Amino acid sequence: MYGWCGKIARIHLTDQSWRVEVPDLNVLKSFIGGRGLAGYYIRKKITLDWNHPDMPLLLFAGPLVNTRSPTSGRMTIMSRSPLTGAVGDSSVGGSFGFQLKKAGFDGIIITGKSDRLCGIEIKDNDIHISDASHLKGRETGDVHSLLKGRGSTAVIGPAAENGVLFSSVIIDGHFAAGRSGIGLTFASKNLKYITMRGTGKTNVFDPKGLRSAREDVFRLTAASPILMGKFGISRFGTGALYDLMDARRMMPTENFRKTQFDQAFKLNAHAFKKKFKPKNTGCRGCHILCKKITKDQTSIPEFETMSHFSALLGNTDIGTVVKANRICNEMGMDTISAAATLACFSEISKKKLSPQEVVSLLIDIGKKKGVGVELSQGAAKFAGNCDRSDLAMVVKGQELPAYDPRGAYGMALAYATSSRGGCHLRAYPISHEILRKPVATDRFSFNGKARMIKIGEDLNAVADSLTACKFTFFAASLEEYAKIYTTVTGIKTLSQDLFEVGERICYNERMMNAANGFTEKDDDLPARFFTMPGYKDDGINIEPIDKEAFLTARSNYYIARKLNENGTPVSKVAKELGLEPI
Amino acid sequence: MNQIFRTYENKLIKSGLVGPEPPLLGCLDAHLEWNRTDRKRVALEDIFKQLNINALIFSQPAEPYRSIIDYLAETSNGTITPNDCETRTFLHDLPVSFQFSSNSVASILKARKSVIIPGHGIITHGTVGLEQAYVTFSSVCFAGFVKFFCDFLLHAKKGHVDTKRRQVFDQVIRNLDPPVSFNDSLMKGPLNSKKRVCEAIQEAGRLTVEHRLVDSHFGNISFRHGRTLYISQTGSSLDKLKDALDPCPLDGSSCVPITASSELPTHLEIVQHTDNKAILHGHPKFSVILSMDCDIKECMCRRECHLACPHERFVCGIPIVSGEVGSGPHSLCNTVPEATRGNPGVIVYGHGLFTTGKTDFNQPFKNLIQIENNCRTEYFNRIRSLENVESC
Repeated sequence: MYGWCGKIARIHLTDQSWRVEVPDLNVLKSFIGGRGLAGYYIRKKITLDWNHPDMPLLLFAGPLVNTRSPTSGRMTIMSRSPLTGAVGDSSVGGSFGFQLKKAGFDGIIITGKSDRLCGIEIKDNDIHISDASHLKGRETGDVHSLLKGRGSTAVIGPAAENGVLFSSVIIDGHFAAGRSGIGLTFASKNLKYITMRGTGKTNVFDPKGLRSAREDVFRLTAASPILMGKFGISRFGTGALYDLMDARRMMPTENFRKTQFDQAFKLNAHAFKKKFKPKNTGCRGCHILCKKITKDQTSIPEFETMSHFSALLGNTDIGTVVKANRICNEMGMDTISAAATLACFSEISKKKLSPQEVVSLLIDIGKKKGVGVELSQGAAKFAGNCDRSDLAMVVKGQELPAYDPRGAYGMALAYATSSRGGCHLRAYPISHEILRKPVATDRFSFNGKARMIKIGEDLNAVADSLTACKFTFFAASLEEYAKIYTTVTGIKTLSQDLFEVGERICYNERMMNAANGFTEKDDDLPARFFTMPGYKDDGINIEPIDKEAFLTARSNYYIARKLNENGTPVSKVAKELGLEPI
Repeated sequence: MNQIFRTYENKLIKSGLVGPEPPLLGCLDAHLEWNRTDRKRVALEDIFKQLNINALIFSQPAEPYRSIIDYLAETSNGTITPNDCETRTFLHDLPVSFQFSSNSVASILKARKSVIIPGHGIITHGTVGLEQAYVTFSSVCFAGFVKFFCDFLLHAKKGHVDTKRRQVFDQVIRNLDPPVSFNDSLMKGPLNSKKRVCEAIQEAGRLTVEHRLVDSHFGNISFRHGRTLYISQTGSSLDKLKDALDPCPLDGSSCVPITASSELPTHLEIVQHTDNKAILHGHPKFSVILSMDCDIKECMCRRECHLACPHERFVCGIPIVSGEVGSGPHSLCNTVPEATRGNPGVIVYGHGLFTTGKTDFNQPFKNLIQIENNCRTEYFNRIRSLENVESC
């Protein structure tokens, strides 16, 4: 078999057993790998409670991983989200996916619950479940260090053990699978860590063709100012977007009350680079190298974290941003949700948080102490408990990232329709609305955006399944990746064939959410965005979004996505896509 | 939607890409809409059903593109492979469908951004709107034009111009735009305020498009004012730069210019290491064509001319350098800036022309025209020296 290993490990923690399953080639072709394949394997269990022992926790890589395909070092971790109740997944970098493939697996499916805190250690075809009681309460960095020599690591921190709903999983000590609260799923199974290492190779059907296809992608990424340019993410990390978001007046500030941060120029990527002098690093197999880590192994925050721990909280201390990032990673908490929950707390309590308070509150959340107990449930539940649900900037219960939807209407629609809730990465229309790729679109218009969002969702579902980095698609397209997929797997595939797979993956997620009761009422934005302006000056007005125009665009999206009027799937369409009822 | 349709109809016609028949434009959001009725819409609607796209352009190109595209398609084996930078980087090749059926066309568009159907026209599509389809349409015409003239010169040198090629050539040159002439003046320097800089950039950009010195509306333009370089954004229309200029601080203290032209590194190198302040970059066709005409017989780097040509080459006294778009190891920012010293312009192999000025855009714009006109004359001189062809 080319591309895939053709093996999936099913690990049952209750009785500490495991077995190998051989996936059907048609299933692989229909769902590819990563997010798509994980979605296929979880669908029959998706209506179980997120913490039910039979709820699977899935870690899947794609067919391009462990080959020389560009930017293919990623993987997906999926389960039902403890935070939202919807499909919950995170695409994450590092080298775990690479080692997973080297160990001989396309994915692992973990069910059951260990009777004590445990770790899963995988080396080539051997799987061993270890007692991890001694690691209880230990921070992710400590655990990663203690596991040195055992390969790539996926570790949860004390936050997950303490029940924080937005707990993350930290890969290789630096790369966060942050969104959806998947870290808590690990904890619900009494699983502290997984180590992964292997020595195997992934067979490539046409190595010469792959070399040529790689060159096409390299040429395109080299031509991309956003990726490899003088001010691009290769040089500055994803924080390169910070200045731009402020300049476009769409930087969420003070819990989305404003969209411009006066002090942004002091906390931009240039300032971080100057102060911390980080080195370039990145995911396995990536030439863009957007991850920035200092000599003393401090991770420079990603854009979302930079923005939310500064503008969203009104914080002007650059050191606090780095410290908050470090605490979140060490405790194992999603930085976006953590910062947005603090911003919500700040607004409800009518109290601007000092840098010291930001730090101590994060620790309290991770340890579930004091007000941290309430905040550990995320912004939606915290605000609901305070009867101020209107001040939780969430979609489907997940906190919104650092692009204000009033500054980019495609982003507004994409937030609402995202299958995992408040997420910028499902369709990522910022690519064309702000970054002008593949061409610029009018950011203040819903015109044509419904189908653009649908297409963007399909594209990114494919990227998450191959698994390739979504950033590459600022420059390349599925045209180039279809060639790569063909040369790796030997299955002749065109870009539009991949789009069809993307459509199937997205529809499957819609079906799973519908099975859990999600409807059009969940495809909505907080009322603030329809009533409050964000900025007015300099000839740029960030006005409230016209609710009627938004609803029309959402209805258009349902038509483009072939859903019912209430946003739920249609059985005839599902059948055409080869999806059985759930 | 009507307004969008009118915008792209006008752009296609005004840039000389389509006509006399208006193009057929389709956009799909919740429902498919067209700019006009046409019996071919049935087949095109079927294409929309088969592809995950939201915009499509179908049109016969205007002359001389029509004759060129049809000739290249008819004499191809189903794929045209131009060697210009635009094709190499973005299009890869230009596929041909010899029949106008929705299945035949869709099967090609499932893999590529465009398809040429000889005798019928060009179809291009987009996933984020008509702009994308427009850019591809323009690039196909540009790439075809460059390839046709490159091929003709090559065949003329070999003495292998067949009758059909000659007939098409004669017809094509009768339909060429006249050489560009410009006797007016642009805003005069010193451009000593941000307002004046922006106005001057917009004026020069607009004139560059109006005189058809760029492929689609691309190219890029910048001016250094104090410690800031004002530069056109990536993918911006040079004739619509009002809200599409990025300020780039020379000390690198802001990443706002992350959306600046992909040629920003080249512009920065020029303004930081020479006394030039104004930079204009276009894609005039004959400059590009002649940059690819190389007489060096034995060269170890024959297939890498665009990456690293080891020879000093000139056309009409203008240096030709290698280099690729952007910031890669073979970026043209390593070759162009040095070559601008003491020269009125620099041609990048298979790509385009950079011109520079010290105080305003008068010199760069006039040089752009002059160099292109000289290259055009030189092209036909070379042809004439090889065989008797109808003069242009």
